[in-house]
Amino acid sequence: MTTVVGTRSGVGESVRRPDGIPKVKGEFAYASDLWADRMLWGSTLRSPHPRAKIRSIEIAAALATPGVHAVLTHEDVPGRKTYGLEIPDQPVLAWEDVRYQGEAVAIVAADHPETARAAARRIEVDWEVLEPLTDPERALDPAVAPLHPSGNLLRHVHIEHGDPAAEGEVVVTGEYEVGMQDQAFLGPESGLAVPSEDGGVDLYIATQWLHVDRDQLAASLDLEPERVRLVLGGVGGAFGGREDLSMQVHACLLALHTGRPVKMMYGREESFFGHIHRHPARMRYEHHATRDGRLVAVRARVLLDGGAYASSSTAVCSNAASFAVGPYDVPNVRVDASVVYTDNPPCGAMRGFGAVQTCFAHEAQMDKLAVALEMDPVELRRRNALSTGSILPTGAPVRCPAPVAELLERVRDMPLPGPRADGGDLPGGVAGVTRGEGVVRGVGYAVGFKNIGYSEGFDDYSTARVRVSLAADGEPFAEVHSAAAEVGQGLVTVQAQIARSELGVERVVVLPADTQVGSAGSSSASRQTMMTGGAVYTACRAVMELLRERGDAPLEELLRDGPVEATREYHHRETFPLDANGQGDAHVTFAFAAHRAIVDVDVELGLVKVVEIATAQDVGKAVNPQAVEGQIEGGIAQGLGLALMEEIVVVDGQVRNASFTDYLIPTVLDMPPVRLDVLELGDPDAPYGLRGVGEPPTISSTPAIVSALRAATGQALTRVPVRPDDLAGL
Amino acid sequence: MRLTCTINGEPREVDGVWEGESLLYVLRERLGLPGSKNACEQGECGSCSVYLDGELACSCLILAGQAEGREVVTVEGLASEDELHPVQEAFLEAGAVQCGFCTPGLIVATHDLLRRIPEPSDPEIREALAGNLCRCTGYEKILDAVRLAASRA
Repeated sequence: MTTVVGTRSGVGESVRRPDGIPKVKGEFAYASDLWADRMLWGSTLRSPHPRAKIRSIEIAAALATPGVHAVLTHEDVPGRKTYGLEIPDQPVLAWEDVRYQGEAVAIVAADHPETARAAARRIEVDWEVLEPLTDPERALDPAVAPLHPSGNLLRHVHIEHGDPAAEGEVVVTGEYEVGMQDQAFLGPESGLAVPSEDGGVDLYIATQWLHVDRDQLAASLDLEPERVRLVLGGVGGAFGGREDLSMQVHACLLALHTGRPVKMMYGREESFFGHIHRHPARMRYEHHATRDGRLVAVRARVLLDGGAYASSSTAVCSNAASFAVGPYDVPNVRVDASVVYTDNPPCGAMRGFGAVQTCFAHEAQMDKLAVALEMDPVELRRRNALSTGSILPTGAPVRCPAPVAELLERVRDMPLPGPRADGGDLPGGVAGVTRGEGVVRGVGYAVGFKNIGYSEGFDDYSTARVRVSLAADGEPFAEVHSAAAEVGQGLVTVQAQIARSELGVERVVVLPADTQVGSAGSSSASRQTMMTGGAVYTACRAVMELLRERGDAPLEELLRDGPVEATREYHHRETFPLDANGQGDAHVTFAFAAHRAIVDVDVELGLVKVVEIATAQDVGKAVNPQAVEGQIEGGIAQGLGLALMEEIVVVDGQVRNASFTDYLIPTVLDMPPVRLDVLELGDPDAPYGLRGVGEPPTISSTPAIVSALRAATGQALTRVPVRPDDLAGL
Repeated sequence: MRLTCTINGEPREVDGVWEGESLLYVLRERLGLPGSKNACEQGECGSCSVYLDGELACSCLILAGQAEGREVVTVEGLASEDELHPVQEAFLEAGAVQCGFCTPGLIVATHDLLRRIPEPSDPEIREALAGNLCRCTGYEKILDAVRLAASRA
């Protein structure tokens, strides 16, 4: 999987992906494509009940199935029997209690995947089925029995800023809901575990953070971290859904138990049960303003359904609170954000991470306030826009460029698309019945922001090793090694571009990501270009320093004395936890985007055609402009999905639509053209001024679309995804 | 059972195929051709698109036995080892590849579209690719790639 990049291009150019050729030829090795001699297939038995007690598990019939090599339960987990990103509360394999439908109970290894699945069905579990706790409001009731010993309240973040009881002349209130969205990455969870001669295990895995997987694996397998080696398998998308462990421990347990390589690969249905989702949210907002449109106070209550296990819920809750009022200067704020345990599917990280939910609510409120004030909604936002030096509700100043007003002006001033071109563009597409009657156009705006990198005192550093040597043909040649997960975003390209720019070396190889080098942190929080980019930059600078010590001569000559290598960590500015009043310098830096949506709605049938999305976004520095555009367009598609179609439907704790037939993601017919404006206002603290790109497109695109739908229909539309019934007013 | 068919122009024989296996499984796990992808395995995402006797099809929906005696072309068969088909080249150049899991299916579907309609309009491109899900790109760069490939044909 070593990749050689043959182009000259460095930072700021649309360099082609080094993994592009194998990807278009079908030769790129995704984790699900791996194969080993004597390989067995793993399968998982999952709980059909959202809440139950396990009286007993009988594995004899499964184990007797021809072709089966192992059937394991919680009794076979040698080390810590639970795992989790922040709180290790999730059983590797359930014992006594199951707390959501789909919880893993037992695992099987067999010589054919169908044999493994059939054997898993032969495991007999004696269940005592219990009533699930599925209402997050009820979970807060102290009279309700807790799912976990710590109680059902997983975290409560209270922010108090200025005079929280301040009143304005004009007041608007609203209640909003966000449904449970799925990351729906196309490459299913997959990995290949290979037992090693030292009694340890090598795992080839699609993940977002190799080292945090390794540490959790070592704890549950009861092995020293050095004996658990991870190599990144090809990753078919992530979007937050690969932050938590899925089949990692299971595959390693089966491999260590059988002494043979074991592959596990989920199908789409199992994938819906195998990873966490975006938190559903219920939000109540109260906005106070002066008559001339200055925000006086915002009070918000946010309730997130964390589901059965903690995952990254506590950080999502903190983010929902931090960004609850949006990118506005608000002198008086009170926010109460809570996340609770229920027997619903566990929720955790997804692109936008807490800011998506509250952005839907605060932007709906800004529109509502604009109506109450009889003011243009863009003008109202502009008048209250956050800027550099503004004080956030958390008491911290905004240090980075914060072009909120400018982004709004830019999307407002972009040309509007023309009228409908032909019948195929009408709501309902070629199958629609309208020929234009009942079709109303709407325009809506939204702006949002979020933190880049991990917050609240977490030092999510990245490590890079850079080595420069002479190739056999006498030309200088650089190798970059990090553990950073390429999940599709183009990080391998970016690392090579930075190395080329800093070293002046054309030939750069990005080595496979593995745990043989220090942690790179997670491919999350829009952080990798800044953090691993920063680490590569710093390591390259160190290499150049070492070369200069050899004298002043061309690189080819200096390298005749042997290769030069440097390993460096890149740490961002220190951050601090929030105190009891939600005050603290908790975030490294921020990224901002604004969106304008144009929609055509068939108001009689409730069908929608999104005509165009226009966006302006500040990225700090576009290392690879084409990849930046790809991130923005792809992020908007996920925001469109949440606005119009994407929701995991959970009834009484049971998932009703665990398939791509029933959980719909946008197709090429759903996505409109995107009009893009990318700003490069450099961050003062990062190399090249780098900031994040990936998440802002997903944050404010959803509320912009819903705003446009409201403009077209006059309906309140307080919940996403918006359904045809809501649009038709049924 | 034994399966005999032509794959990418070569006659192939596979023994020990279980009757419940899909053509996709046989390609990926028995013939060492993992280019066809397994994203949904129920015909919704198009990642496993292949030609079966010259017709575009989801290989996950075809039982291995249904391919008996027939001709299958996969993404691996569109260009020789060291070459790129113009559609593959256009996907690279336009930035239409991110995670790449949808890419082989989209390449095959685009190949089929341009074979049928050498200069497709945007609505024709969208209609032809509506059965291929992509979660990364938002489809803009994929449309660019198809237009680019068509312009060069």
